[in-house]
Amino acid sequence: MNHAPHHHPGTDLLLAYAAGTLAEAPGLVVATHLALCPRCRAEVAGMEAIGGALLSESDAATSVSAGLLSDVLARLDGPPLAEAPRRRQVTPGRTPVLPEPLRSYIGGDIEQIRWRRTIPGLHEADVACSGGSVRMMRIRSGMGMPQHTHRGDEFTLVLQGGFTDASGHFLRGDFAATDPAVDHRPIADEDGDCICIAFTDAPLRLTGRFMRWLNPLMRT
Amino acid sequence: MAAARPVLAVSRTKPPDMQADDRAEVDRLNGLMLRVARQRDRQAFVTLFQHFAPRLKSFLLRAGMEAGAAEETIQDVMVTVWQRAETFDPKLAAAGTWIYAIARNRRIDRLRRDRRPTFDPNDPALVPDEADGSLDSMLAEEQTAALHRAIRSLPPEQAELLRMAYFEDKAHSAIAEERRLPLGTVKSRLRLALARLRKAMAGDDPTGENA
Repeated sequence: MNHAPHHHPGTDLLLAYAAGTLAEAPGLVVATHLALCPRCRAEVAGMEAIGGALLSESDAATSVSAGLLSDVLARLDGPPLAEAPRRRQVTPGRTPVLPEPLRSYIGGDIEQIRWRRTIPGLHEADVACSGGSVRMMRIRSGMGMPQHTHRGDEFTLVLQGGFTDASGHFLRGDFAATDPAVDHRPIADEDGDCICIAFTDAPLRLTGRFMRWLNPLMRT
Repeated sequence: MAAARPVLAVSRTKPPDMQADDRAEVDRLNGLMLRVARQRDRQAFVTLFQHFAPRLKSFLLRAGMEAGAAEETIQDVMVTVWQRAETFDPKLAAAGTWIYAIARNRRIDRLRRDRRPTFDPNDPALVPDEADGSLDSMLAEEQTAALHRAIRSLPPEQAELLRMAYFEDKAHSAIAEERRLPLGTVKSRLRLALARLRKAMAGDDPTGENA
């Protein structure tokens, strides 16, 4: 299960994540990849070190109000600042399929996903997130997804099983980025359903001959 | 397309005594953080405040905050520094990096009010680090000092875009538009800058060729 990923987010995407400029929706897919990819975690840690060095530069200083220090000192022993929301506990003795932060967004592990059938061979579930559309996808073993392009970027992360498209074979932890120019047709591996999380910043467009009529049904 | 011109960075490279100062400064700030963490030393905290508050203010103003909001955010950042000091580990991140991450997260809370999803290092589903990362070949403090040197030696057009990418809360496409550069140029300059800085952190000093 601990396959070290071979397909990674690009440098630009990791930098946007490290610099805090990536919106929540693509950030969720990137952060979930980071949970599965030590290499990209090290990359982001290095980028944060660069942020720290830029912050520490001596020529980047603006004077602050005279009372700011005493305001801060008066608050030091006050109530703790709001913590990040606590994560849901997992069942002990069992390694979850979904890593954090995704598990908290779903409200549990993989069996908590409320699937709906979209087209034959494909189930989907929306993930509530700002800054784009994120959904879980379950592609039936051996099934091809409809051929499609996008007007914007699409990021897909495999969580279980695998798929193949023109750019390669993708397994757990692998991150696939496709831009508007790519017309691709992922096919799920034969050895089980493929479960992915996918971000799109614009609706999919189905381009296969028989699929065009489904376009109005794909996104509501 | 305006390809990145090779720019000699000699005038931006500080003399060797300044380079030794980089290491001393990293050690000084880490030492102050450790005194806050272990002894709850208020004098050390005041010194950290005096160092970081004006830099945090520049950081937050460049992201588009009003002065008042920036100072409120500085308060939150510095109170968090005090309250979470025991989680500071200089082997994982220098004081400046640790404070940067707190400030970045506070800036997102304040400006965007959406969440920044993060992995949980203690998650049983997390794939753990391999024991021997290549970056561990250098002491963390030396890496940080090397990073400071390397930032000063970046070609100006790379350094400027790098500062925008970190400080201005803008997507790379917005930076490209503002600078009237093709998006590909912005991305390639950022990649070049990052590659250079990563090399420096791995112990390959890009300024060494002039030594």
